[in-house]
Amino acid sequence: MTQTTSERYRVKPIRDRRREWPFPLNLYQTAVGRKWVMAVTGIGLLGFVLIHMIGNLHVYEGPAKMHEYAESLKNLGSGILPRSLILWLLRLSLMVMFGLHLHSAITLKEMSRKSSLNASFQSGEKKYEGGREYIAASYASRTMRWTGPIIALFLIYHLADMTWGWWLGNEFVPGDPYHNLYSSLSRIPVAIFYVIANMALAWHIFHGAWSMFQSLGINNPKYNHLRRGFAASFAGLILLGNLSFPIMTQANLIDEEERLCQVSIGDTDEILACLTKQLEDH
Amino acid sequence: MSEIITVNLKIWRQEGPEKSGCFEEYTQKITTEASFLEMIDLLNEDLNNQGLEPVAIESDCREGICGTCGVMINGQAHGPRKATTTCQLHMREFSDGDEIVIEPFRAISFPVIRDLVVDRSPFDQIIESGGYISVNTGAASDANLTPVPKEAADQAFDAAACIGCGACVAACPNSAAQLFTSAKLAHMASLPQGQPERWKRTETMVETMEEFFGSCTNHGECHEACPKEINLDFIAFMNRDYMKAKVKNRALSGQR
Amino acid sequence: MATNSKTVLDSRVPSGPLEQKWENHKFSMNLVNPNNKRKFDVIVVGTGLAGASAAASLGELGYKVKAFTFHDSPRRAHSIAAQGGINAAKNYKNDGDSVYRLFYDTIKGGDYRSREANVHRLAEVSTNIIDQATAQGVPFAREYGGLLDNRSFGGAQVSRTFYARGQTGQQLLLGAYSAMMRQVASGNVELHTRAELLDVVTKDGQACGIVTRDLISGEVIAHSAHAVVLATGGYGNVYFLSTNAMMSNVTAAWRAHRRGAFFANPCYTQIHPTCIPASDDFQSKLTLMSESLRNDGRIWVPEAFDDSRPAHEIPENERDYYLETRYPAFGNLVPRDVASRNAKNVVDQGHGVGPLKNGVYLDFSAAVGRDGHDAISAKYGNLFDMYESITGENPYEVPMRIYPAIHYTMGGVWVDYNLMTTIPGLYAIGEANFSDHGANRLGASALMQGLADGYFVLPYTIGDGLADQLGEPAVSTDDPVFTDAVSAIEDETAKWLSINGTRSVDYFHRELGRLVWDHIGMSRNKEGLEKAVSEIGALKEEFYNDVRVLGSADTLNLSLEKAGRVSDFFELAELMAHDALERKESCGGHFREEHQTIEGEAQRDDDNFAHVAAWEWNGKDALQTRHVEKLDFENVTPTQRSYK
Ligand SMILES: Cc1cc2nc3c(=O)[nH]c(=O)nc-3n(C[C@H](O)[C@H](O)[C@H](O)COP(=O)(O)OP(=O)(O)OC[C@H]3O[C@@H](n4cnc5c(N)ncnc54)[C@H](O)[C@@H]3O)c2cc1C
Ligand code: HEM
Ligand code: SF4
Ligand code: FES
Repeated sequence: MTQTTSERYRVKPIRDRRREWPFPLNLYQTAVGRKWVMAVTGIGLLGFVLIHMIGNLHVYEGPAKMHEYAESLKNLGSGILPRSLILWLLRLSLMVMFGLHLHSAITLKEMSRKSSLNASFQSGEKKYEGGREYIAASYASRTMRWTGPIIALFLIYHLADMTWGWWLGNEFVPGDPYHNLYSSLSRIPVAIFYVIANMALAWHIFHGAWSMFQSLGINNPKYNHLRRGFAASFAGLILLGNLSFPIMTQANLIDEEERLCQVSIGDTDEILACLTKQLEDH
Repeated sequence: MSEIITVNLKIWRQEGPEKSGCFEEYTQKITTEASFLEMIDLLNEDLNNQGLEPVAIESDCREGICGTCGVMINGQAHGPRKATTTCQLHMREFSDGDEIVIEPFRAISFPVIRDLVVDRSPFDQIIESGGYISVNTGAASDANLTPVPKEAADQAFDAAACIGCGACVAACPNSAAQLFTSAKLAHMASLPQGQPERWKRTETMVETMEEFFGSCTNHGECHEACPKEINLDFIAFMNRDYMKAKVKNRALSGQR
Repeated sequence: MATNSKTVLDSRVPSGPLEQKWENHKFSMNLVNPNNKRKFDVIVVGTGLAGASAAASLGELGYKVKAFTFHDSPRRAHSIAAQGGINAAKNYKNDGDSVYRLFYDTIKGGDYRSREANVHRLAEVSTNIIDQATAQGVPFAREYGGLLDNRSFGGAQVSRTFYARGQTGQQLLLGAYSAMMRQVASGNVELHTRAELLDVVTKDGQACGIVTRDLISGEVIAHSAHAVVLATGGYGNVYFLSTNAMMSNVTAAWRAHRRGAFFANPCYTQIHPTCIPASDDFQSKLTLMSESLRNDGRIWVPEAFDDSRPAHEIPENERDYYLETRYPAFGNLVPRDVASRNAKNVVDQGHGVGPLKNGVYLDFSAAVGRDGHDAISAKYGNLFDMYESITGENPYEVPMRIYPAIHYTMGGVWVDYNLMTTIPGLYAIGEANFSDHGANRLGASALMQGLADGYFVLPYTIGDGLADQLGEPAVSTDDPVFTDAVSAIEDETAKWLSINGTRSVDYFHRELGRLVWDHIGMSRNKEGLEKAVSEIGALKEEFYNDVRVLGSADTLNLSLEKAGRVSDFFELAELMAHDALERKESCGGHFREEHQTIEGEAQRDDDNFAHVAAWEWNGKDALQTRHVEKLDFENVTPTQRSYK
């Protein structure tokens, strides 16, 4: 494009248009496209969070059912494919989604920060001396950049705790999620961290599950009014489900007193065999 | 009815684009009948009489249509009254003894020229990159040859009502210009006349916008600040059109 | 101070029957071959409707255009504020409209003081404007069938006004602006914003460029071209209070005038009857309320003098519905000037309403009673809101207060049929020229004229003038004509900063405005005009000696910018007074109290004044020479207006 507005009156762009990558990678080169990626990965993550939460409800059916659920995840598609392959693929795509979601969040934030710097009035965020009375921006929308990282941190902890058993030590029994969950959440600090993180998650979803419609351009006056409700209910549902675990544990509604296969430390195989047998008996 | 109030002003003063600025404090007596800008006019008259340089603030039509005026008033773009430009704001909105902090619209691509005056020309660059329908003078057919559903015409108008004031960017925590850009795009995309260049236009305008401004996080502050109450829905339309523009086989759909 | 001359100006109206003049002229004009167009530089000053449409069209044709505006963006030009609509002889309503009727209405509305050939051309191209604007995406109001809607406007008896809610000017300007930005993108138009024209440069009597000041850096810069077009709007702000934007001014036109372009009919100014009255002494500008309000509002004042009761306490029999009584046929819908003068009369007699007793009531209670709150709000909702946001009063409950204000200026730079001024190579279009509206402009016709000039007239006629210059380069900006002009402007700027008197530029502008409004306003008389001449002169002297402009010339300096504009207003005001004095008749917006019918209506004197008065500058303190262009009416017969 020839630019013929006299140079002296032309504000310079703060970023250059880079060389375009081939389709569809070029989508990720623009902020609107990146937001779209963010929304799509957000939806993926929403799906994960929902299924994860529903799955975990098996805990109320006791250790054996919980064990069965865990096994069934591993057995997904196992008729034809190697055991655990699908689960690993799912995990992989989750990781990719997470990575993209995170990367776009960080880079877009940086873009906005750069656009708000003002040569003569710098202070990290865009601020006005006269205070900034937000009218539309909700607390949730303004804290996406905080709730996000809290979730990420929690997730790492959560994985380390429940999947890899770093902190449970000897208490950790691979394949007995009921037990692991109980042992983890019965510790007060862990329960508190769990509660906080899930509140952050719900908070994140409260804005995210509304915002993604805008980012994807899903907008129709006929159902626009439903979008806020959808986001709020989704967030509420996840919050309710996920919070029930630490609360129930602390309230001793999830406990190990009545379990048939007692956990004897160190003897993993025995417990698993017991759990499997219990299922077959049923 | 009218009463005389005294307000304490805290105004951003900055001599030039390269200079650093600071806040200066003033007090001003004023009747509540006066407009906000007339209050500043009076202040400037007083400053001039005292041999001090008047505050630079821009305005032109003073009826809320040209988009020239626009400052942050107590942290709100165009001040506290909804759907009102700075020039249409009246001192009735304030009470005796109020502190009023007046600052320029802030965004890196709206550099301060002086005091409260900023350069919003990146908006023109966005328009230049595609905010038009290519029709040479004389090439148009009879206006009634192409009927436009009233609803579409009305929606085009709703979008075209944007006055290019920049309040959306100023109010946005991300300094994003989505509302402005999407309004222009929606204006043209709503009309049959705008279809041939629809995708090309969406692509170039969005990409030009992104050279200057931040990334939208759907806060909705722009809509609240907008004196013309431009709808957030247009942003969604823009996002969708942008993705379509990238994906579509334009030649086959007969569009650019 | 005026001297009369017998020079008769040549309007270069082509011969032939009225309907064929423009066609024939287009054919007989010299053309510039497409490849040669890019060899011509054309400067367009002003990017309002007229300027933006001209720059866009010239760019499309291939000329190398440089467009200038002192605004930060072309989209801010004052055309943006036009509310009501734009006329065009489309006859979509099948109500008997035609090019001829629009022509006739415009001539008659202008009180037989405009050029027949120009007005007919305007009516002819009016239809193309609507097509062009629609194709650009201007969202005109539509009917349910998807076709364009029209309304009747400003007393016209046919519905020929196209509109886009109450923002027609904005939408048309955005159309022209976007067309121009397209040319900017394609490299045909070079856009200069925040650049104020301060001088027009001529060499050997031919316009060869301009001098501008960069409003941010203060730099004074010369630009040369083969032709210069002024599209810089009207001078209503000479009154200080007007419906014009704060920055509207006469500077460009006036500086051209000082370089030899004749200035025509400066005393023709138009008053709009429905504006919101000033609320205090430091009111900065007046806001127009759409004239359509008069369709449903009833205008009245209290019969008693100095009545301070609130409106609702004044019983029906103590109210004076003066328009309805005086003009039973037209009532509240009499033309602008009639409505305005009557309002002035009742207020001058002491019947004014409002805190400052400076308005008349426009009362909707009858309409609300008849049609209901909702119907009225559907029609006028946004206007009522605007009124309330400005005055803090709710017009559904308290009658609106209105008063006339200056709205449009019919006078301007004299141009011939080709829109060329008396300086060869210098053109004037839009409100800046003395236009096709004669002594009074019809509602919704200014937008039409600006766009007609810019889209459909100038792009043809400019080629005629340029064709001769093929092969000649534009005068270099190193030429003494440019360097001298630049240093003169630098000196002028320095002068303002050095006076260091005691009063602000605004003070003088306000005082000047008062004088002009009092003596050269809605009605004029010899005594007042003579007084105006001497008082304006005295105030001007004071201005030159006592104005205080602070700051420096190399930053944005709003009072410095304004000082130059106000000084031009002073000179213009003096000329307006002389022009009004010399025009010893009443016509359109020019009402001389000495010349009225027994009923108090304007009385024309066609024998002596059926002409355009165009003034020639003779130096700073010298008399200006009054030239005349005779107006021949071959197709319509002038009649006395009557609205009884
Ligand atoms: C409130 C209001 C309502 C109106 N409503 C209607 C209506 O409903 N219908 C109708 O037909 N008409 C209406 N009019 C009249 C009409 O709007 C104007 O006459 C018309 O728009 C003038 O257009 P223009 O292009 O000639 O000038 P403008 O739009 O005034 O443009 C002037 C341009 O010149 C530039 N300029 C001026 N001086 C200089 C300089 N020294 N150096 C550089 N640039 C300069 C400015 O920046 C601007 O770009 C209305 C007018 C007003 C005030
Ligand atoms: C499982 C967890 C998560 C879910 C379900 C989730 C979901 C979502 C959704 C649906 C959106 C809306 C996207 C849009 O507006 O287009 C979103 C936005 C966002 N997410 Fe997440 N997210 C999760 C984890 C994270 C993490 C770990 C981060 C870390 C930084 C993060 C940061 C953000 C940010 C900053 C936004 C705002 C983006 C914007 O509006 O521009 N999210 N998230
Ligand atoms: S969208 Fe609204 S706030 Fe933004 S520039 Fe347009 S009118 Fe101003
Ligand atoms: S001055 Fe024109 S919008 Fe405020």
